[in-house]
Amino acid sequence: MTILETTGLTITLNGQPLVRDVSFGLAARDRVGLIGESGSGKSLTALALLGLLPPGMRTSGRILIDGEDHLGAPDRQWRRVRGRTVSIVFQEPLTALDPLMPVGRQIAGPLRLHQGLNRSDAERRAIEWCDRVHLPDPARLVRALPHELSGGQRQRVALAMALACRPRVLIADEPTTALDVTVQAQILTLLDELIEDTGVALLFISHDLPVVAGLARHLLVMRTGRLVESGPVDDVLRRPRSDYARQLVASAARVTRLARPSVRREDR
Amino acid sequence: MSTPLVEAVETIEALDTPARRRRGWRSPSFVLGAALLLAILVLALMSLVWSPYGLDHTDPAARLAGPSARHWAGTDRLGRDQFTQLMLGARTAVWIGLASVAVAFVIGVPLGLLAAAAGRFVENAVVGVIDIVIAFPTLLLAMLLVTVYGASTAVAISAIGIGVSAEVARLTRISASRVFTQDYVLAARTCGTGPLMILVRHVLPNIWHTLLVQAALAFGVAVIAEASLSYLGLGTPPPAPSWGRMLQEAQSTVSVAPWNVLLPGLAVAVTVVGVNLLGDGLREVLDPQLRQERQAADR
Amino acid sequence: MLSYLIRRVAWLIGSLFVAGSAVFFLLRVLPGDPAVTLLAVGSSPDQIDAIRHQLGTDRPVLAQYGHWLGDLVTGNLGNSLFTQMPVLDQIAGRLPVTVPLALSAFMLSIVVAVPIGVFAAVRRRGLLGVAVSTLAQLGIALPIFWVGIVVVWLVAVQWRALPPGGFPRTGWQDPGAALQSLVLPVATLTIAQGSVLVRYVRSATLDVLSQEYVRTARSLGYSLPRALWRHGPRNGAATVVQILGILLASSLLGTVVIESVFALPGLGSLLLASVKSRDLPIVQGTVFLMTATVLVMGLVVDVVQRLVDPRLRART
Repeated sequence: MTILETTGLTITLNGQPLVRDVSFGLAARDRVGLIGESGSGKSLTALALLGLLPPGMRTSGRILIDGEDHLGAPDRQWRRVRGRTVSIVFQEPLTALDPLMPVGRQIAGPLRLHQGLNRSDAERRAIEWCDRVHLPDPARLVRALPHELSGGQRQRVALAMALACRPRVLIADEPTTALDVTVQAQILTLLDELIEDTGVALLFISHDLPVVAGLARHLLVMRTGRLVESGPVDDVLRRPRSDYARQLVASAARVTRLARPSVRREDR
Repeated sequence: MSTPLVEAVETIEALDTPARRRRGWRSPSFVLGAALLLAILVLALMSLVWSPYGLDHTDPAARLAGPSARHWAGTDRLGRDQFTQLMLGARTAVWIGLASVAVAFVIGVPLGLLAAAAGRFVENAVVGVIDIVIAFPTLLLAMLLVTVYGASTAVAISAIGIGVSAEVARLTRISASRVFTQDYVLAARTCGTGPLMILVRHVLPNIWHTLLVQAALAFGVAVIAEASLSYLGLGTPPPAPSWGRMLQEAQSTVSVAPWNVLLPGLAVAVTVVGVNLLGDGLREVLDPQLRQERQAADR
Repeated sequence: MLSYLIRRVAWLIGSLFVAGSAVFFLLRVLPGDPAVTLLAVGSSPDQIDAIRHQLGTDRPVLAQYGHWLGDLVTGNLGNSLFTQMPVLDQIAGRLPVTVPLALSAFMLSIVVAVPIGVFAAVRRRGLLGVAVSTLAQLGIALPIFWVGIVVVWLVAVQWRALPPGGFPRTGWQDPGAALQSLVLPVATLTIAQGSVLVRYVRSATLDVLSQEYVRTARSLGYSLPRALWRHGPRNGAATVVQILGILLASSLLGTVVIESVFALPGLGSLLLASVKSRDLPIVQGTVFLMTATVLVMGLVVDVVQRLVDPRLRART
């Protein structure tokens, strides 16, 4: 059953369209990759799906979450789904986390907010989550501040935060772009494990085709605010229909021939 | 900055056409600020050739008179025409304001550039001096100088100029060091470009707009400081009229002639609000980067 | 932290030394003889010599300088030229007016301006938010003494609700009268300081609001006010401490003008009167003390900032 669906999503700023007529849907256990160059509107799309676009940007179309249209809905209605039905992980974990709050409390916050847990229960769950995202020595680490962790560890914290309240859709907006390549692979492996365990549907946004192809089963290609291609990963990789997708595949092929194949897993 | 913001900025960048920038000059704050300031300037300049009455003219028959056709803004307790005083006061305010800003920039800009361009030791020393001057407010400096030299226009200009120069130096240092650490400056240095050349070619073109905005704001600070000094009797001595002294005199007659308080205070406020708006407007027009950051951060 | 504290105190002592020297040199070494400017034209050479001797300007400059620094270290600020009373005693006699005035305006402006500033930031697009920021901008643009005069006219002249100025001769022996005479000065100073604070708090809040962790909180279901409450205090604390330091210093300085508007016998009016009568020892002593207060507050601000912000501490 479709959890999150958008039809004809258009975002404009001062009359200038930034995203045009984007439609797709996410059902449980879907793994969708959204790929496009910077400025193509993919991250704006992600923000729109959470109702977090900067003011001044106008939207039209529909954003259905569990069948209910949220586009233009008051913040109160959005708050019921944010973190609980749909969550997001941003690119830069250092700035996405409060630099002065111990990471355990940052993970515990949404649990207290949505599930009404008391402080100690929420902290205990935060430690459990640190364990689940394979952070070392969780009981001690929850008291650390973000700058005391490594970049990869910070992104693990951000993942724990996003997943703590058991959302059914996880949007990952370039979650590995700010990381070293080795750490990147570890985070991708973790992400793969977590979505498999929790059954959360994934919308993975990236400009990096090999990374997306390794994780997603369905691929959306965006360019200058439009979806130019949509289809199963293997189809897009083998028979790209749009010019842009062809270029992407060709350049990715050149790169991957030099490097070893990435964490690409076999489709089930 | 993460992707959504970068993306928004990139999109806005794409929209930043010359036409859009020209529209910046029509930003409401710029226009309103310029208009307010122009009104004060016109008052000041016009006083050079014409004012309703002479500086020394008194109208003993109409002391503390309210506004009328003969005296547009009323008269004070000596029967002097308040509108004349206001016009001549504008001249004093503008003159002292401009001169103090000039003093502040002549001291502050080289000091700030020196701190930014020189090594750590000089930078720390200059920053220390700036900190102390900032802790040493204009008003106290003026009081020290007046004690020794007596109240005069020159003392007011020096005190305000030195007081404001600390802030100018601080800002110059910060914005210049930001440029000095840019990669393209580093590249120029590796190519053997001398510090003076870097200053002229890279630093000044990148900081002049910040300094111009600062000059506008400093002018406002100087006008308030001048009014305060002359209110306290430490500014330009009589007979040169000044808004601050007009207010000090009006205060003693406030129970009979409250209207005399209104105009000089309003004149100061109009000037200061004017330069602040002008500064905001200038910043928007001159600093496209800031405009984008603002729009991007505006959520 | 300790090594930082030691370095910071050393820095303060250095600044005090520089400030003391600046006061000295501004008054003595710049061209002009204070003794001559002190006296009316046509004073006899004997009178001038007497004043020179009292000021110590008949001795070599370096000796005077050493003397002044030595006096500063021992806390001796000299005697008034006219009353011959120790400067320190005169200053101390004025503190019961100035300190309550500055401190209560300082605290009152925090209580009033912090919530208003946060509100203006959160509702910066709303009509009320814009109105509040505009009012604050106007409050900054208006000269403080003009605000004072208008307040006097309105409350004391029109409504006759409070005295227009002055302070009971018996001081705080009559607390009711003393308090009454401080109401308008405090209110005026609060309007001026509060306007500045509203602007600062507004921009500090906007700064926090534009941070990505606030967006993260919102993406997890926090409302904007709750996200601000969750992240604002700890992240804004360092900025707020700095702002409060500036505010306290400017409240102290604001008393100079305020005391003049309301004819209050405080430190500021002592200074102003001494400037006009050219009582050099009082002027230099008061100016040095006020500057020293500002510098000491700077130290307190820096140390407290480090206590509230672990990132600064880590940098040392």
